Amino acid sequence: MNRRVGIVSMGYHGFSAVTPDLSYRELVYLAASKAYAAAGIEPQHVDMFICAAEDFCEGYSISDEYCNDQLGAVKKPVQTVCGEYLQAIGNACMLIQSGLGKLVVVEAHSKASNMKTHDDVLSFGMDPIWNRPLKVTPHFVAGLDMHRYLLDTGTTEEQCAAIVVKNKANAMLNPSAAHAGRFTVADVLRAETVAWPVNRLSIAPRADGCIVTVLAEESLARQLNSSPVWITGTGWATETTALETRRWGSAPSAEIASQMAYKEAGITVPSQQIDLFEVDDSYAYRELQALEALKVFGKGQALHALDEGRLGPTGDCPVNVSGGSLGVGHLLEATGAQKLLELFLQLSFKAGERQLPDVTTGLAQAWRGVPTTTSAVVICSNE
Amino acid sequence: MGYNKVACVGAGITRFVRRAKETGRELAWEAAKMALDSAGMTLKDIDCVVMGTAPDAFDGVHMKGEYLADGSGGFCKPYMRHFVGGGTGVFAPIHGWQHVASGKFDTCLVVCEEKMSSTFPHPQGAFITIFDHTTEQALGPTLIWIFALEMNRYMQRWGLSERDVAKVSVQNKANAIDHPAAQLGQKITVEDVLNSEVLAWPVKRLDISPASDGAAAIILTNEHKARQVTDKPVWVSGVGWCLETAYWATRDLYYPVYVEKAAKMAYDMAGIREPDKEIHVAEPYDPFDYKMLHHMEGLLLCKRGEAAKLVADGVTARTGRLPCCPSGGALGVGNPIAATGLMKIIELFLQLRGEAGKRQIPGDPRVGVAQAWGDLMQVGTVVVMNR
Repeated sequence: MNRRVGIVSMGYHGFSAVTPDLSYRELVYLAASKAYAAAGIEPQHVDMFICAAEDFCEGYSISDEYCNDQLGAVKKPVQTVCGEYLQAIGNACMLIQSGLGKLVVVEAHSKASNMKTHDDVLSFGMDPIWNRPLKVTPHFVAGLDMHRYLLDTGTTEEQCAAIVVKNKANAMLNPSAAHAGRFTVADVLRAETVAWPVNRLSIAPRADGCIVTVLAEESLARQLNSSPVWITGTGWATETTALETRRWGSAPSAEIASQMAYKEAGITVPSQQIDLFEVDDSYAYRELQALEALKVFGKGQALHALDEGRLGPTGDCPVNVSGGSLGVGHLLEATGAQKLLELFLQLSFKAGERQLPDVTTGLAQAWRGVPTTTSAVVICSNE
Repeated sequence: MGYNKVACVGAGITRFVRRAKETGRELAWEAAKMALDSAGMTLKDIDCVVMGTAPDAFDGVHMKGEYLADGSGGFCKPYMRHFVGGGTGVFAPIHGWQHVASGKFDTCLVVCEEKMSSTFPHPQGAFITIFDHTTEQALGPTLIWIFALEMNRYMQRWGLSERDVAKVSVQNKANAIDHPAAQLGQKITVEDVLNSEVLAWPVKRLDISPASDGAAAIILTNEHKARQVTDKPVWVSGVGWCLETAYWATRDLYYPVYVEKAAKMAYDMAGIREPDKEIHVAEPYDPFDYKMLHHMEGLLLCKRGEAAKLVADGVTARTGRLPCCPSGGALGVGNPIAATGLMKIIELFLQLRGEAGKRQIPGDPRVGVAQAWGDLMQVGTVVVMNR
């Protein structure tokens, strides 16, 4: 448990709304090649591999069959977790902390553009007896939750729209972002209603891409990278998929996951001890909801921080400077990977035009989307 | 290596049946509750939950792990699902081991669930999309079709007859008569196997395990916690797993190299140098009768090509020198994919504690190995347990 885990390198390819020129296996190959080259390793040096994927999004049953060839992981210990990338990162840390592996690779990708009816796939995630017969779209479930959150906190649709404006504008400085843009609150509010109060522009649009992370135990991490980014805490939790027994309007799984990660990282006052946040914004309101679940702000207080400009890149609590999922694109199980990638770039001072000054600690949080209640948190530090 | 020791302290298993009336969530909870009760624990004692379940297409639920979360006891807990095809069930305790050995958690509830009857009329339908969309799906293959190729190659390589292989099915189905969860325990003869309907030569109906619904669960804890709840912990002393290339047509199928690699990883960790002498009880994966032989060789329990002789000589019987599948295996107890693997782990747990009832092997078994296999004849998962 005392073993420290460092991120040696991250390789990625993308992100774009469609990728007609590459198969998902080619996407993985490109991202993995970049990650290995940056770490100065060959895949045969790697002890274990973890992939995060779900069958129905891959278009294969038992899709884990096809995860290893393009990673260079043939005849290696390879495991698939059907979970968020940040859960897989937590799993990789356990492999290293147990002493079983010293060098572990984590992969996830999105070839969302292959799916013609992703919303229908998501509907297949609902309980087949109690919930699926309601024939609601996944966005309807998000709409219910958003409505509850707005009622509980007094947040307005305008404030949610301001999140969209902020994140898509942040993404203008991120050359990898697929859905950057300059919008006004009025533009966002004019967008088509999908499931009130959720409208088209407040839903993170999907994107394609792949992200591969190379992690190592402390001494090896220092050998491979003179300034690795350390993982100081991980946490994950699930509430329930059942619509009838969940706590609407808040994100208890994010709260539980963050408490686990805070304890490990020794964080007691997140707003003061963490310099940047990359949190779930798969629907705009969830960014505010997440910040409250993470105890960065009290319940119903995140909207004031937003109004005061504290969540912007020049604020005291920068959130989703990468552009978030609203600006970069939602990457299915790799969504958390993009958030971790931003921490890695920022804490390595390689984030280009959007680099924040003097950052030492960052937090990434992701949610697995409707109809799940699973969240995962990873805390990183460059000290 | 300095990892925390991990013990198995409780186990539960539902009856394996062709078509369960319970939902997947109910099956998972039934097994989880049995495991908790067996250890005198409640969900309050559980720090995290691990779920093993095979393709979503079986249950027809996207993100099936999420759907099963509350049924498995994962409500408001760290909960993670792993998936390595048919190898998932024996990977489940490995995944649980990772959680506890790392020191992150003291206790872990490991649950495996499978409800194959939801795919109507038959779960083979869910397997059509496991093949490469460009090079293989166009041929319209089924799983039985490719395993027939593997079985034929294995028999041809070692000059075995269908009769030699059928003895495994006879042994395991008879063993299953004594298993309270069994779906297909029965006394059959070699002739019965040989005369059963050919599905894809040389695979016949009685060479193959059934499609099943069922769930199984175990509880893993660190040493400190284990000593508090039981005076008979069974230790997870070795874990190994390995994934071969998906391009199975490029490999010689007579020998599962990936099972050997996984086994060596587990044996190294458990300090086992001569598995054929040091292992007292084995649960190799047996979804087909030839697979038990194939896997005994991959697990280094005998020389290559000699497994069939051990079965014929009674060495693998419960009273033999190296009992294999004393539970009745997938062939006899049934094959709800992920739950089958965990059923094998539970069999080791019971045998090593001397609590296997009518199935108890004689002597004083102290070391056991269980293994599962899956994907496109591609993944091996191996666990060594010690008393």
